[in-house]
Amino acid sequence: MKLRISHETIYRYDHPIRNLVQSLRLTPSIFEGQRTHEWQIHVSGGVRGPGFRDGAGDWIEGWTVRGPVNEVRVRIEGRIDTRDTAGVLRGHRELINPLTYLRTSKVTAPDASLRALAAEVGASAQDQLDLAHRLSRAVSGAIAFRPGVTEAHTTAAEALALGKGVCQDHAHTLIALARLSEMPARYVSGYLHSTIDGEAHDAAHAWAEIFIEGLGWVGFDPANSCCPDERYVRLGSGIDASEAAPIRGVALGNSAEELAVAVHVEELAQ
Amino acid sequence: MNYYNEMFDGDAVREPYARLREWVETMPDDFRQMKQAEAEALFRRIGITFAVYGEGGDPDRLIPFDMMPRVFEQAEWRRLERGIKQRARALNAFLRDVYGRGEIVRAGRIPARLVYRNEAYEKAVVGIVPPRGVYSHIIGIDIVRTAKDEFHVLEDNCRTPSGVSYMLENREIMMRMFPQLFRTNRIEPVDQYPELLRRTLESLAPAKCSERPTCVILTPGHYNSAYYEHSFLANLMGVELVEGQDLFVDGEFCYMRTTTGPKRVDVIYRRIDDPFLDPLCFRPDSMLGVPGLMDVYRSGGVSICSAPGAGVADDKAIYTFVPEMVRFYLGEEPILNNVQTWTLWKDDDYRYVMENLGDLVVKEVHGSGGYGMLVGPKSTAAEIETFRAKIQANPSNYIAQPTLALSTCPTFVDEGIAPRHVDLRPFCLCGDRIELVPGGLTRVALREGSLVVNSSQGGGVKDTWVLSE
Repeated sequence: MKLRISHETIYRYDHPIRNLVQSLRLTPSIFEGQRTHEWQIHVSGGVRGPGFRDGAGDWIEGWTVRGPVNEVRVRIEGRIDTRDTAGVLRGHRELINPLTYLRTSKVTAPDASLRALAAEVGASAQDQLDLAHRLSRAVSGAIAFRPGVTEAHTTAAEALALGKGVCQDHAHTLIALARLSEMPARYVSGYLHSTIDGEAHDAAHAWAEIFIEGLGWVGFDPANSCCPDERYVRLGSGIDASEAAPIRGVALGNSAEELAVAVHVEELAQ
Repeated sequence: MNYYNEMFDGDAVREPYARLREWVETMPDDFRQMKQAEAEALFRRIGITFAVYGEGGDPDRLIPFDMMPRVFEQAEWRRLERGIKQRARALNAFLRDVYGRGEIVRAGRIPARLVYRNEAYEKAVVGIVPPRGVYSHIIGIDIVRTAKDEFHVLEDNCRTPSGVSYMLENREIMMRMFPQLFRTNRIEPVDQYPELLRRTLESLAPAKCSERPTCVILTPGHYNSAYYEHSFLANLMGVELVEGQDLFVDGEFCYMRTTTGPKRVDVIYRRIDDPFLDPLCFRPDSMLGVPGLMDVYRSGGVSICSAPGAGVADDKAIYTFVPEMVRFYLGEEPILNNVQTWTLWKDDDYRYVMENLGDLVVKEVHGSGGYGMLVGPKSTAAEIETFRAKIQANPSNYIAQPTLALSTCPTFVDEGIAPRHVDLRPFCLCGDRIELVPGGLTRVALREGSLVVNSSQGGGVKDTWVLSE
């Protein structure tokens, strides 16, 4: 698919802030499923800082806004060609040993229910790939899509107990289950053009990747019960949502922050 | 158990201590007491104190200072020096490797799990090659002696080892109180350490730095138990002592706030732990670090000493593989031996340790400061059983070692002078060169019979002499 993406994040502060420092993971990954033609990042009132590719293969860009400002806009405009690689992250250059992704974090820490689910699903699996698919299906079945009931710090264990959540909760839960099954797993952030029934998505999206011996990293999206295909744009990864966040920032100034996000992923004519 | 006495061979005094013998034996009791009080007053005046974690009590407690020096002759020291430098080279080669291709793991010489699932392994550093390929710049290597020519490394400290201020202050105080000793004995100086440290830090400036590098010491603040050392070293090196809030990131670089405006910082000798360095990369709730610092570091705008993630080389599980690192990376045989170590995640080792708990020393893999350890022969049956339960709950959290016959040095005690067990922590500097001042911190277990030298467990310190030829 030829996609045009525009993504704007607006931070509004009730008191002016100074010395905002951001670390952005907002540039599409380089692998066989993606070819980026044009990609621009702009932070209003900001100075572009260091840019580099990290060990996970993500392009990281630092920005600083000296301020004082009451509002900061982070704007992305870009065009990208995507194709279906059946979820396999083929041709992606990265240096980090997959075993590193067996370590757990607070939001993906296992509890008794997660352990029980992992054991139950694991019992009937034939191989790693089969197990990964089964775990993903189990998550889709156990957690219904329901916005507004979970928040940023909700853990996988809490989401599973609640039985409801959003893509972040689906991904965290699948990651927790995969790690319990001794398969390295990580959180991926990106965009989605449309859901499987063709409905426009228009929001940032997240899914999980699981490391399968012989195949490498393979994406699974339990929120949409599928593997990522040409409708997906991959930005970057991390041990959990917080580490994989497209935007991380800290500013000086004691100010409440209000956030507005607008994402458009539109298919261009051939 | 038979302990090697560093001063006496039976009734005969060993050569390095020959001149000290007379000094000790002719010293009147009241003079000794007066001098001991004087030493304490001097330490109080300079303000060198040590807060003990989790023990409550007086946070400004002094580490007891023992006036009786510990002495090495030149030949002994040369061998130690070669062994320490060799170890430092191997540890840095290991760090360069595991943050790169991980050849030692691929070659099957170290289990992948111990490296990549290690809490101290820092994903954010993978692929980053810091200036001169050095990750750990100040390495404190704890060494014990069990016989005339038997030295063993007890542990490596690759992150931010403390104690060097004691090495310097102990010498300073001894020279002030007993100047004549330094005339009758030819003792190698150690006071060049701050200058060497500064030169080492300057040699690590990032490629983007074109002028004389600006170095700073980054401290978590005055509540930290080693704050005295941070300010002491900054002072002697003539560099700024800063806290996280004094630094900020702007564009591609890191700056410090000064009265005359922002000044670019090139090398940060940090004394804060990895998780607190940068809330944008590590713990988001850290107030001690500098937001954005890791992005600047990873893009070559600033050097951080030691590199985040350097700790993967110094935990007690990796420790058992250091001799293997020396062979693998340097193609040499280790000059300094490890202590025999049983790793409790191996079945055979586990069985052996559980059957011989009363004879062994058991430590937590990630523990430090002498906490969370069992010294079998010095423990009651109840203490051993309590510890056994802890091991059973999580075997892979522990390693065990034989109870070592640590050497003793004569030490001033209430009754006069008596042997007490000692260890040694020299500080090895790694930059464009690998350097070591002749000396280190000698810690002494002041309680009779005790083998635990940690200052948090009733240990004291001594001046450490290396005699010139």
